[in-house]
Formats: sequence, structure tokens, C-alpha cells
Amino acid sequence: MYAYDEIDRTLVNERVSEFRDQVKRRLSGELTEDEFKILRLQNGVYLQLHAYMFRVAIPYGTLSSEQLRRLAHIARRYDRGYGHFTTRQNIQFNWIKLAELPDALADLAEVGIHAMQTSGNNMRNVTSDQWAGVAPGEIEDPRIWSELLRQHTTLHPEFSFLPRKFKIAITASDHDRAAIKIHDIGLRLVKNEKGETGFEVLVGGGLGRTPFIAKTIKHFVHGRDILSYVEAILRVYNQYGRRDNIYKARIKILVHELGIEKFSREVEEEWQHIRNSSLQIDDGVIEDIRSRFSYPAYEKLPHMPDELRQAAADSDFEAWRKNSVFPHKVQGYSIVTISLKPTGGPPGDATAEQMDALADLAEKYSFGEIRVGHEQNLALPHVAKRDLPALWKALDKLGLATPNVNLITDIIACPGLDYCSLANARSIPIAQELTRRFANHELANLIGRLHINISGCINACGHHHVGHIGILGVEKNGEEVYQITIGGRADENAALGSLIGPGVKFDEVADVIEDVVEAYLALRERPEELFIDTVKRLGVEPFKERVYATR
Amino acid sequence: MTSPLEQKKIKIAGPSIVTANRTWDGIVVYRTAAKGWSADLSEAAIVRNSDEAKALLAESTADDVGAVGAYIAPVQVGEDGKILPGNLREQIRRTGVTIGSQAQV
Repeated sequence: MYAYDEIDRTLVNERVSEFRDQVKRRLSGELTEDEFKILRLQNGVYLQLHAYMFRVAIPYGTLSSEQLRRLAHIARRYDRGYGHFTTRQNIQFNWIKLAELPDALADLAEVGIHAMQTSGNNMRNVTSDQWAGVAPGEIEDPRIWSELLRQHTTLHPEFSFLPRKFKIAITASDHDRAAIKIHDIGLRLVKNEKGETGFEVLVGGGLGRTPFIAKTIKHFVHGRDILSYVEAILRVYNQYGRRDNIYKARIKILVHELGIEKFSREVEEEWQHIRNSSLQIDDGVIEDIRSRFSYPAYEKLPHMPDELRQAAADSDFEAWRKNSVFPHKVQGYSIVTISLKPTGGPPGDATAEQMDALADLAEKYSFGEIRVGHEQNLALPHVAKRDLPALWKALDKLGLATPNVNLITDIIACPGLDYCSLANARSIPIAQELTRRFANHELANLIGRLHINISGCINACGHHHVGHIGILGVEKNGEEVYQITIGGRADENAALGSLIGPGVKFDEVADVIEDVVEAYLALRERPEELFIDTVKRLGVEPFKERVYATR
Repeated sequence: MTSPLEQKKIKIAGPSIVTANRTWDGIVVYRTAAKGWSADLSEAAIVRNSDEAKALLAESTADDVGAVGAYIAPVQVGEDGKILPGNLREQIRRTGVTIGSQAQV
């Protein structure tokens, strides 16, 4: 956990007071909606289909039990008793009243939570690996650098009115769980030949109506130079990024139009002006941030405790353990992913009761810490293996032990037309139907790792371009139509999926996905060949032929 | 279901209303003939041509304190005069999400 200092606490509290005054002036008519819109967006407040939507930041996906309880309180006191975890380590509340928002923000500020950098054309919440600090083989905890960037960019005047929103993600592991290649800037912690910590810097990734996979702009930037290098990129973007056309305003378009070489030269030139400035970070700054992260006092525990050995006889427990429990860097501990994808449920939703209970379980079993992943699941990062059976039983009672992590029903979906004012088609009901179709755990296991991503419009909040199977809802002649892609992925080998054929209607989507899966099961060379590998080996055509032959 | 945020030209093909979200709490409201806002679709003012629609929208937008995000939406008017949403988006706004979860209150 990271402990805010006095500066952070003052800043967050001042922001609450400022927004309270802005809301008061808006409600009295002193501010018009045009004047107010930019102010509310700077505090995470959108206007959606049914009401205002309030998006709260969970920087680098780390929450304490106290903070999660406060989010439950917000859901219960100000909303309809639940929250929705998003693909960018935020949580959204869908029914909040503008008049009550200042009180909600004040309640959050008491536990160091805010909504800055969750919307607007600024530097957004810096995201990271939800296993940061506990993943085996990690270079070092990427949250330290995420926090450095958070501190530098929060309310930074130069980054507050960018041509468009700007997203950074950081990973420190070989396996990318932060989807850095689909971010405006992706940072991968690496060591150079001298053993010094630095970053491979990628730029220009993004989805939406013009998707691009980020390109490496520099293979190694020393850690002490990362602020100046990121700032150089932002300056080039701020100078040349298009402000005349919202659809061409993201940095990915600039990188594409200039070409990575020219863009890189521009950044390099800018960097030379500022790299030896006050932006150069001395070790003391990093050590200060590091010291404000608290790490658990792990016990020395056996690799295979008796409790775990005994529980292995329970097939339900084993099904959950195999899907939800992952190796930890410390012997005797595990990382536990908590699926927010129950059969028939909206992906990423958690009720206030679940959040409260999970906060208690985190205190009991995970040193009071919870993580939020971009896959719209939660994680307990420090669970002693001996506690896994007891934790499983407790999670099962809460409806939080669905054994489907990384399987076909672990679906990422945007809110879609049920909530979002931008959407053209529904996403959540499609996900719900698919979780029912593939609810049989043996079938899901037989299929193996398969990520489905669903977006309800071309803005791609459900990351459909990088789903192993991507589903994009569009509108055609007043009807919802869904385009299916296959072959996308969001990890270190990120790729964009390819269309397999014409769009299909709402009530045909689940049938088509079943056909795609049947085709895969018939086409794979062996059970271990994952869906994504079969698509890579064979291409789209064999799937297209089988799925559309009878349509 | 094209998002009304992309509504560029006002051209209506049938009976329409103006809808928005009430400023203080964000709930869905409809512009009434009495130049006010109502949460009840049956109280919405109906317009039937583009000039009427433009006028109703202009009047609605001017009431910036009462409601925000005003736009024109299609409706169906039954023989008995009952007003129903003209597309799925407006149906969802009127009756709630279609996901059958805790969101339905």
C-alpha cells in the first residue's frame, strides 16, 4: 500500500472544496453546463443515459480494505448498491446525483481516494500490473514508477489540456498483464547491461475507431530520465497533436502520420533540452516513494502446507484453485484472482455487500490489500497457501468463487447501450448470454484459455480489437448488429483481431461464438494448443468457412 | 440507435420529443408543452416536423438549469395517444437497463 503524505491529502481535500463550490454554482445557474462540463469531467463526472456516472481512480489498481469499504459506502449511500470495475483500474457508479457528488468526494477523500485524472483531455490514471510487487521474476515493483508519474502529472498545467486523453501503463514482468501495447505510452521496466533500472518506452498504441499497437520508440531510458523522456513525448504531442478533429487527436494518429522515426527524432530533440533539468530524478526521490509503500511481513511458510494437501480432495476447490490461484514471489504465498464474472452476471460489477465482505477477507487473508485488474477482476495479492481452502469457502458464499479466470466466460465488456450515452449496441447482455452458454466448467476447461472482449461502439472500451474473440456492437438501420473478430491479444505479443465475416444480429451472437469455438475444437492440433495459437497457425479462413457455411 | 451526441442536423421522420437529464440528479426527463420538464414520457410535448423540433430543442436547451444534454428523440404515438419510445436507446432510458440485475430499482 502507498501512504499519502500531507501534500497529497491537502490536494485531495482542496479539490473537494473546489468542486463543492463549482457544483453549487452550477445548480444555482451561475455556471452554464458548457462552463461546468470541463470542471465535472476533471472530477470524473460524466452524463450517461440514465444519470450522472461517477468514475473513481484506483491508481495502479491498489486498494486497502479501508478504501474498498469506503467504495461500498459510496455504492450504498449515494448510488444503487453496486459499482462497476472498469478496464482501466477505475470504479464507476452509475446513478449518482450531482447535488450529492461533493459529499461523495469528501467521503472518499477521507481515505485518500479521488476522481482526478479519470476523465477529460488530460493524463489519465496511470495503470499497472495488478500483480505488481508480488509477481515472480518481476524487475521491481512498477507501482513506484507509476506513483512517480502520478505525482508529476496530477494537475500538471501542461498536461491538463492535451489534444485528447492520454493513457500510460507500466509493467515490470515478461508477461504483460497491463496491456501496455494498447496505451498512448507503454513502459516496460528493464535492466541494462550494467544492471541499472530503466524502461523500454513504447508509444502510439490505442484502440477506438483507429486501432494501433504501440511501437518501441526507445529501448532503454534510464529510470532517472523517465520523467523528462515522458514529458518530451507529451510536448511533441501537445505541439503537433491535432485539435481540429476529435477522431484524429490521439497520439497514435500523430505517430502514424509522422512515422515512428520522425516522431522519435522530434522527441529526442525535445528531450535534449530538458533531460538535464530538474526533471532528472535523484535516487532519493525514488527511495522516498518506495518508503511510502508498505510491504507485508511475510512469514516463512512451507511450499505445500497440510491444509492445501487435504483440500485437494475436494474437486470444487481444485477447480477454483487451478483457475484462480497464481504463483507468488514468496514461498508459501499465492496471488488469488477473484472473478467478477459470475454466470449470468454483468462483468466487473460488485455489490456493496461483496465489497465490504471482500475488505474483511483481505484483512484476514491478504494483509488488508486488494488489487484491481484491467480484466475487470479483483485480486488478493498476499494469501498464505494454508489459508486458500478457508478463503475459497468464504468467497463461494459471496458468489465470488466462479472458477473461470482466463476462460471463455471471463469476459471483458464495456457498459454498452444499457448505460453509456456513446454506445450503439448492448454489451452486457451479450456477455451474460455467453456465460450461460459456456457455464459448464468442464466445457470451459476443455476450451482452455480464451478471452472474449465486447464493446458496444467503436470507441472500444471493451477492447474488442485485442480479444481472442472480439465482439463489436454497431447500429445498422436502427438495429443492433455485431461484428466478430478473432486473433487479437493484449499481452506482450499484442495483435489486432481480424473480421471473420458479416455482422450478425443480437440474438445470433452467442450461436456464432459457439460455432467459432466448435471450429477451434475441431481445428486445434492438440488439446494444449490455445485458441489464439490455432488462429495464428491457420488464419481466419478456416473459421470463416465453418462459421458462415450454413448462414 | 446512433448516439444523439452525433446528431448534427435536425431532421425528423416522425413524431418526436425532446429529452434530457435533470440537472441536480441526472434522471431522464422530457420537455413538456408547458415549458417544463417531466419524468413521465406521457407528458412530453410532441413535435411532428423539423421546424417544430428545432424550436422545441432551442427552448429546452435554453433551460440550462433545469436539465442538461437535451436532444430530439423519436417516439411512437398510438391511436389512443399513448407515447412510447421510438428506439431501443430511449426504451432503455425510460424503463431501465436490460441486464436484469440489481440495477433495476
